[in-house]
Parts: sequence; C-alpha cells; structure tokens
Amino acid sequence: MNARIVHIASNTFREAVRDRVLYNLIAFAVLISAAAIFIGQISIEIERLVVINLGLTAVSLFGVVIAIFVGIGLVSKEIEKRTLYTVLSRPVRRWEFIVGKFFGLAGTLVVNTFFMALGVFGALLYVAHRFSGADSSIFIALYFIILQFLIICALALLFSSFSSPLLSAVFAFSLFIIGSFADDLRGFATLAHGLTRWVATGTAYLVPNFSALNVISAVAHQQPISWQLVLQNTLYTLFYTAMALSGAVLIFDRRDLK
Amino acid sequence: MAAIEILGLEKTYMVGFWRKRPKRALQPLHLTVDDGEIFGFLGPNGAGKTTTLKMLMGLVFPTAGRARILGRDWTDPEVKAQIGFLPEQPYFYDYLTAHELLDYYGQLSGVPAKDRKNRVEEVLQRVGLTDIKGIQLRKFSKGMLQRAGIAQAILHSPKLVFLDEPMSGLDPLGRREVRDLILQLQQEGKTVFFSTHILSDAEALCDRVAIINQGELRGVGAVEELTKSVQGKVEVVWQGTQVPASMKALGGEFHVTGETVRTVISENQQDAAIDALRRERLRLISIVPVRTSLESYFVEKLQHSQTTAGTSA
Repeated sequence: MNARIVHIASNTFREAVRDRVLYNLIAFAVLISAAAIFIGQISIEIERLVVINLGLTAVSLFGVVIAIFVGIGLVSKEIEKRTLYTVLSRPVRRWEFIVGKFFGLAGTLVVNTFFMALGVFGALLYVAHRFSGADSSIFIALYFIILQFLIICALALLFSSFSSPLLSAVFAFSLFIIGSFADDLRGFATLAHGLTRWVATGTAYLVPNFSALNVISAVAHQQPISWQLVLQNTLYTLFYTAMALSGAVLIFDRRDLK
Repeated sequence: MAAIEILGLEKTYMVGFWRKRPKRALQPLHLTVDDGEIFGFLGPNGAGKTTTLKMLMGLVFPTAGRARILGRDWTDPEVKAQIGFLPEQPYFYDYLTAHELLDYYGQLSGVPAKDRKNRVEEVLQRVGLTDIKGIQLRKFSKGMLQRAGIAQAILHSPKLVFLDEPMSGLDPLGRREVRDLILQLQQEGKTVFFSTHILSDAEALCDRVAIINQGELRGVGAVEELTKSVQGKVEVVWQGTQVPASMKALGGEFHVTGETVRTVISENQQDAAIDALRRERLRLISIVPVRTSLESYFVEKLQHSQTTAGTSA
C-alpha cells in the first residue's frame, strides 16, 4: 500500500486511541460480565444462545456507534480545525487522505472488535464451561460485523465529505436502520405495483444490505452459514465500500477548503 | 528562474442560500517571485492574501488562471515536496507531541526514515521547542503553536517557504527570532513568500513586496522603489541661518537648526533650488530624496483603491 496512506491510517488510529475511543471496551466488559453472571444464574440450557445473541449484538452496536461518530468527524473535523491544510500542502493527494482515514478507522474498529470478541468468548466459556465445534461460526458472525463496519465507515466518510457532522450522523444512522431491514424492503418491493414498486426496488438495492450481514441469530441457533454467503457478502462489501469511498473522493476532490 | 509565477489566478465564490450570487475574492492576479527572494504579500484583513496562498497550496481551486512553482505546474504533487507552508493561526493534531507531529509530517513529505530523527531534532532546536518536544500540543500556548507551525514548514528543507502571517501570536522576542529565521532561510538559498499586515516586518525583511486590497493587486516592487516613487520630494539642507526670498518662492516649510536650514520641496524644483542657493552664495550640504515609510505608502494605496471603488460604484 502507498506509504502516505499507511501514515495517515496510523495517525488516525493513534488519534482514536488518544481520544479514548477504545474506552468503550470498559463499558462493554462491564456489560458482558454482568450479562454472563446474570444469565448463568437464571437460564437453563439456553445460556449459550443468550450470550451469543447478546454479546454479538453488543459488539455490532458498539462498533456501529463508533464507526458513525468517529467516521463523520474524520474529514469535517480536519476542515473545521484546519489541520488538513498542513497535510494537503504536502505531496499528499486528496484521495490518499480519504483512503488513509478510512483504513485508520477500519483498523480501530477491527482492534476494538477483537477485544470485544475476547469478551464474548470469555462470557461463553463462563456460562457453558467449554467451547463446542459450532462456536467456530461465531468467527463468521464477527467477520460479517466487521464488514458492516467497513460499509458504515465508508458511508460516514462520504457524508462527512459534503455535509455537517450532525446531518452526516443522521444520514448514516438512517441508512444503518433502513439497511438492517433491506430484506424486508426487497420483499415489500416484490408485492408492490407501479411506481411504488420501482421506488421500493431502487431503494432496496441502493441502501446497504445489512440484513444479509447479520447472521447473529443463525449462529446462536447453531445453523450453518454457507461459504457462498461469506463470498457473496465479502464481494458485496468490497463493491459497496469502494463505491462509497469513490463518491467521497469525487466530492472531496472538488471541494474548496475555505 | 522564477520561484513563483502567478498567471492570472482568480477566485469567485458563489454565495447565498442557492449559491447563485457571485462574490469575487480575487481579481486576476499576475505576480512573479524570483528565486532566493524574500517576498512580502501585504494587505489588510480580507484583502485576498490567504485566498491566494490557499490556491497556490491546492486547498482552494481557482475560478481561472494558473501558476507555476519552481518551474513546474502548481498542481503537480511533486512540487509540494519542495515547498513548506505555514497557515494563518495554525492548529495541529493536539493529541500529538511536537516531536510526533514533526515526525508525521516528515513521513508525509517523504523524508527518509534514517534522516527524519535528526531533521526533527534540528528544527525543534531551531524554533526553540526542544525542551517541550514531549508535551502534547493541546498544552501549547499560541506562540508555541506558531513555532511548531514554522518547524513543520521548514522540516523537509523546502526550496520555497510560504508563511501566512508568521509573526502572529508571537511576543517581541519571538518575532525577532522569526525575522532572523527568515533571513537565515534566504541565506540558505531558499525563497520566502510571506503574507503579513505588520508593515514594519515587511519593511525590515523583504526584497520586494506586493500590496493587495479588495482582491486586487495595488502595487509591486522593491520596498525602496515603492517608498521613493510615491513621495517625489527631496530634502534640501544648506549652511546658513536665513532663508533667501528665491528659496521662499519655492514654497515649503523651513527649519533653521543652528547653522543649517532644512526644507522639503518637490523633486522638480530641485534645480531651481540649487540655482537659488548658488546665486545667494550659500553652501549646499545635501539634497536627498524623501523616503516615506512603507506604512504611508500602504495607507495611500488603500485609500486610493477605496476612492476608485467608491467612484466606480
């Protein structure tokens, strides 16, 4: 990878760490520990299911909140504080800046997810006393959660390249919620007629399909996840992220930094 | 070779809710800065200085025109490896220490890892931040941030340094140090382009200056030339205690101090004054052009531009 992108990504990661973004891990640790102890006392035979469901949902939500709130400030904060001036007056192309920022935040989320995953496995071991072969599919669920984060990071960057932080947060959250119901929206589109059908179909395919990336329930119920879905979701995420980042670069490339 | 050639750069912002109302921030600007020069870009607040600098740095896109920096097109990213830039009232990543900040900028500027450590230490010492290099920038005063800003602008030994209001926020000692630094940069063969509204700094440092107001260039030249040409007057001093009638006829005020008389007359009257003193057999001591201060020239230019704008409106 281009060295400048690596330097910008490293600095973005360092910023997140020093701005105490990873402190969320403390809240997560408290939550997962309390949940494990509580579930261990009241559940009968379904401890595993509850811990996986609760743990992975918490991993996803904590990460989404970080991706949106840190992501929307990645560009706008640099413009507002004018820190960007001394970066772009160097041999740094604007697209390198956007891509570097993206990888920096993505890296932060991967590290964050790694520690939260340790918490989930710890809680699982506490309530179930041992791991089973089916638990390996938790890795796939975590992988899909990271794919979700990549899309959200790219969308947050896209919005922050032309909009205010508040509006960017509203846009990104809205897309996350609509995208989580993308399958339902597609189902609705097939039932609708005329213009409604066209609008619903267009919207269903335009918003990120987060429902396909959510296999938490399936993993908790020990249902198998096909490799075809893994491949499909990987390619979808790569495509969607690349499109969102390209949009961010196209907008940012023409923007006057007043 | 010219270090900077600005060839008709202009900027019009579209303002208003629908962004349909044009507001011209910079009229077509033509300007050349020679290699090795200290060039002052002067103007009041809102004159267009920062807009010009931002266009040269690629932060703002011009509506028309182009520029060449160090002989290459100004949009060429490789040009940026050879220039340093200090923005006005700089603000940096405040979670970094001064040392980390400079190391990061060194990486982005392509300074090789083996040279970076030494370069960082060297510039920290040069701007007087060595003792506090390990402190996060969020704890820095305005003056210390300005020093860090200057350090990052010269870190990679650029051939051309752009400084936007470099003395801003500095105490008198700090200003003196920055002045000395700018002169040192020139001695090292670098070109310095700096914007300021502190005219004494420009007068003390610059080989040439340009004056800009309301987005329009009002004058360019060597400080001496500008201040000389505006006045068009000479100071005549001769030995004596009285003012002959032929001299009085030239007008002006006369000041007798001890055995000398001093008056200021228009440049085109100097021959008549010499003839008059010769006829009266008075000894001429000196005739020298009256230099106005750069400040007077500056104010005169601004007043003139406001009058012109008022007339044309």
